[in-house]
Amino acid sequence: MSTPTPSTNPLLRAWYDKETRSVIVQIIAAAIIISFFAYIINNAVVNLAAIGKDIDFGFLWQNASYDINQHLIEYSSTSSHFRAMIVGLINTLLVAVAGIVLATILGFMLGVMRLSNNWLTQKIAYVYIEYVRNVPLLLHILLLHGLIITALPRPKGSYNFSDTFFLNNRGFQMPSPEFQSLFWIVGAFVVGGLAFAWWFSRHAQKVQDATGKTYPLALINIAAIVLLPLIVYFVLGSPIEWDVPALKGFNFKGGMVIRPEFIALWLALSFYTAAFIGEIVRAGIVAISHGQTEAAQALGLSDSRTLKLVIIPQALRVIIPPLTSQYLNLAKNSSLALAIGYMDVVATIGGISLNQTGREMECMLIVMGIYLSISLLISSGMNWYNNRMQLVER
Amino acid sequence: MTKETYAPGTHPSLPPPNNTVGIVHWLQKNLFSSVTNSIVTLISVYLLYLALPSAINWLFIDATYVGETRKDCAPDGACLAFIGERFNLFVYGFYPAELRWRVNLAALLLVLAGAAVLWDKIPARKHLLKFALVYPLIGAWLLSGGLGLEPVGTHLFGGLMLTLTIGVTGIVFSLPLGILLALGRQSNLPIIKYFCIAFIEFIRGVPLITLLFVASTMLSYFLPPGTTFDLLMRVLIMVTLFASAYMAEVIRGGLQALPKGQLEAAESLGLNYSQAVRFIILPQALKISIPGIVNTFIGLYKDSTLVIVIGLLDPLGIGRASVADSAWLGLSTEVYLFVAIFFFISCFGMARYSLYLENKLNTGHKR
Repeated sequence: MSTPTPSTNPLLRAWYDKETRSVIVQIIAAAIIISFFAYIINNAVVNLAAIGKDIDFGFLWQNASYDINQHLIEYSSTSSHFRAMIVGLINTLLVAVAGIVLATILGFMLGVMRLSNNWLTQKIAYVYIEYVRNVPLLLHILLLHGLIITALPRPKGSYNFSDTFFLNNRGFQMPSPEFQSLFWIVGAFVVGGLAFAWWFSRHAQKVQDATGKTYPLALINIAAIVLLPLIVYFVLGSPIEWDVPALKGFNFKGGMVIRPEFIALWLALSFYTAAFIGEIVRAGIVAISHGQTEAAQALGLSDSRTLKLVIIPQALRVIIPPLTSQYLNLAKNSSLALAIGYMDVVATIGGISLNQTGREMECMLIVMGIYLSISLLISSGMNWYNNRMQLVER
Repeated sequence: MTKETYAPGTHPSLPPPNNTVGIVHWLQKNLFSSVTNSIVTLISVYLLYLALPSAINWLFIDATYVGETRKDCAPDGACLAFIGERFNLFVYGFYPAELRWRVNLAALLLVLAGAAVLWDKIPARKHLLKFALVYPLIGAWLLSGGLGLEPVGTHLFGGLMLTLTIGVTGIVFSLPLGILLALGRQSNLPIIKYFCIAFIEFIRGVPLITLLFVASTMLSYFLPPGTTFDLLMRVLIMVTLFASAYMAEVIRGGLQALPKGQLEAAESLGLNYSQAVRFIILPQALKISIPGIVNTFIGLYKDSTLVIVIGLLDPLGIGRASVADSAWLGLSTEVYLFVAIFFFISCFGMARYSLYLENKLNTGHKR
C-alpha cells in the first residue's frame, strides 16, 4: 500500500488542512452574509429614495388623532403616536400577564386531572386538551368573541349580580374604586405586611433548620398581608367609595368595564395555553419515578406532604423549561388581538399609526423590538427561577 | 356440598371473585373509590348534564340543515344550512369553478405522495418516493398553471386549498432548512454558528403576525427596484423561515441528546463530516426528535390561519367574511365550529401518526 502523495498545489493543500479549511469556509460564509445584507439594504435605500421617504422616528411625537377604547393611562385622540404605542404596550402586557396567571392555574389543574384516578375527570381533561390543542388559537379567539357578542344579552337584559356587577355583550361592568384621603394608611399596612411576611418566612426557615420547629407559616403571613389591613380598613371607616355602574338609556354609566375583546382574548389565550401546560405538568409529574413516592411513604409523610415536599419540587425542574416557552408563546400570541380589534401594540403602532403615517419600516422595527424585549425579559426571568430550582450538585 | 375430584391439570379455572368483575366493580374502582372521588364524579356528571344536552340539542336536534337565508333557520338551533350553501367556497376559495379539477387532481396526487412518504408498506414505494420528491413542483404547476395550463392568479387561492398549500410548502421546505440551521448552530465555525443563533433567536422572539406584515408591506423595499413579487409567495417564504427556526431548535435537542462518541466513532472510521452527519448523526437525531418535529408541523399548519390578517382567505378567513354577510348575520358559532372540526381532524391525525411512528422506530432507546 502506498501513501497518497501530498498535492503540490498550495491551494489544494490548504483545503485539505482542517484549520485552514474552516477559516476559508467562514470567510466565504461571512462574505455571502455581508454582501446579502449590503444588497438588500442598498435596495431599500434606493427604493426609499425613489419614493422620497427617509427613516425618521419624528412622527412618534405627532398627533395620533385616533381613539383607543381601552386605555389604562390617560389617552385621547390628541395624544402623540408615542403615547398610543405605550397604551398599546400596556394593553399587550395586561393581557399577557393575566393570561399567564390564568393559564398556569388552569394548566396545573388539567395536568392533575389527567393523572386523576377518577376515570371521568381524566377523560374530561383528555378530551378538553385534545380539542383545544388541535384547533388554531385564532379560531378560539374568534369563536369566543363571536359567542360573547351574539350569545350574551344586550345591556337592557344584562345578567345582574346583586345590582353591582353586570354581564352583557358590551362586556363585564363592575364598580370602580375611588380612593379617599385616608386610604394610604391601608396601603401602608399592606406594604408592611408584605415586608413582615418576607422577614418571617426567612426567620421561620432559620428556626426550622436550627431546631426543626415549624410555624403555621401560610396562616400567619395571610393574616399579616390581608387580615390586618382589612381590619384597619374598617376601623378607618371604609375609605374607598365605589362607583357602581347603572343602566342609563341603552348603556351603562359609571363604574368600569372589562371589554368583550379583552375577555375573549384573555380567555382564549388562557384556555389554549392551559391545554399545553396541562400536558407539560403531566409529563413532569410522570417523570418522577414511583420510588420517590414510595420512599416518602416509607418515611411516614402524608399524601399531601409527599406531593408538596417530594414530588412537586422535583417535577418543577422538568416542568419549568417547557413552561417558559409556553409563556413566551402566550406573550407572542397576544398579537392576535388584531383579529378582534383589541388595541394592543400591534393594533396601535403597528396598525393604525402605520397606516396613518405610512412609516412601515419604523413602525415594524418598533413592534419587533418590543416583542424581542418581552421575550428576552420572560426568558431571563424564567432562567433565574430555573437556576434557583436546579438540583444543587455537590 | 359435593366433593369432586379432578385428574392433575384438568381442574377448570375458577371464575374471578364477584367483587372484581362487572360494571359495578368498574364504577366503584374508577369513579367512587373514595369520598373525594365520589364528590368529584358527581360534580363532573352534573356539569356534563348542564352542558351536553343543550349543546347536542342546539347542534343537532334543533338545527336547520337546508335553507336559503338566515330566516329559514330555526331561531333556537344551529344554522347549518349556511355551511352547505358555502361549502365550495370553504374548500376552493375563489378558484375558477371550471378549473377546480386541477385542485382535485393536485389533492389526489398529494395523497399519493403523502402515502409514499408516510407508509412504508405501500407497493412500489421506491418509485413513489421519487414521485413525492418532485410533487411540490407538480402541485405548484397544477395549482398556478402556466406551461400549457391556463394560469390562475394566487389571489384566487383560498379556503382549504390555501391552508394545504401553505401547510405542505412549509412542511416540505422547513425541515431541510431547519436541519441546516441546527447543524450550523452546533458547528464549531464561529461565524456560521453566531449567524444561525442570531437568525433563530430573532425569528423565535417575534410573533408570526409581524413577519407576515413585513412580507405584505415591506418586503418589496428590499428587492431590486421594479420587481414585483407574488403575495402568496412572500407569505410562503415567511412561513417557511418561521417554521424552520422552531424546527432547528427541535432538531438541536435531538443532536444534543446524542453522545459525542457517535461523531468521534464515525470520524475514527474515516468518514468525513458530511458522511458522518448523513449516515450516523442525523438518522439518530431525527428519530429522537420526531415528536417535536411533528408538533412543529402541527403548529405551522395551525399558524397558517394567521394569513387572514394580511387579507388572504383561508377557511377561517372565509368564515369570518361570511359571518359579515347580511343574509347570514350572527352565525359565527356555527361557522367557526365547522372550521374547528376541519382543523381538529387534520391536526389530531398528525399527532396520532407521530405516536405510531415513535412506537415503530422505538428500538429500545427509551427507558
